[in-house]
Amino acid sequence: MSAPCPVAIRVQTADFDLASEVAALTAGRTDIGAVATFSGLCRDEQGRLAALELEHYPGMAEEEMRRVAEQACARWPLMGLTAIHRSGRIPPGGNIVLVVAASAHRAAAFAAAEFMMDFLKTRAPFWKKEHGIDGSAGDWVEAKDADDRAAERWG
Amino acid sequence: MKLVYFAWVRERIGKAEEEIELPGEVTTVRDLAAWLAGRGEGYAYAFENPAVVRAALDRKHVKPDAPVAGAHEVAFFPPMTGG
Repeated sequence: MSAPCPVAIRVQTADFDLASEVAALTAGRTDIGAVATFSGLCRDEQGRLAALELEHYPGMAEEEMRRVAEQACARWPLMGLTAIHRSGRIPPGGNIVLVVAASAHRAAAFAAAEFMMDFLKTRAPFWKKEHGIDGSAGDWVEAKDADDRAAERWG
Repeated sequence: MKLVYFAWVRERIGKAEEEIELPGEVTTVRDLAAWLAGRGEGYAYAFENPAVVRAALDRKHVKPDAPVAGAHEVAFFPPMTGG
């Protein structure tokens, strides 16, 4: 029986704070030796974008993120995994997604954070719509083949 | 049966959700998409390239050949672009 791997999954409109989420994951623990964090931000695409609008499938988004997190916990000796994805309108520079993976050693923490992101992108039901600085509600962002390949390489 | 739509599938159809009576000839997700495509211009546009549209039954991803009988909620949406 492996050590418990507390999983925290949230979809929220509010911003998140990286330091607070790391602190929450490590609070009261002395066995964690490595915490890897990944945060994804909204780019302005060379000044073209005023915002990205994140739509999600309430319920399924959280469930799918949890399924991916549980796979990561089964695959690596993790001591905690947090994944937060924002919804709604996010301006350039704003946070979109956060993954925090804790383990005794760095290899598992790095790998689990990357795995979580690769599968979150291809499995969790979120969609991005671009809003231009000219006030236009632009196109839906197209899915990238590269993201599918990134997920497939985990086997 | 409740149908829910997201992103450009929702925009093209012009609604986020609806209740339908499942026609007798509809067995799979693929059949349902084809039946929906015949319900009007917006639906036809949403399903103009049915291979691109993804589906979930009761909040779980499914393939086009999945049977829809017994599902409470069927979702159609484009490939995901979160993260």
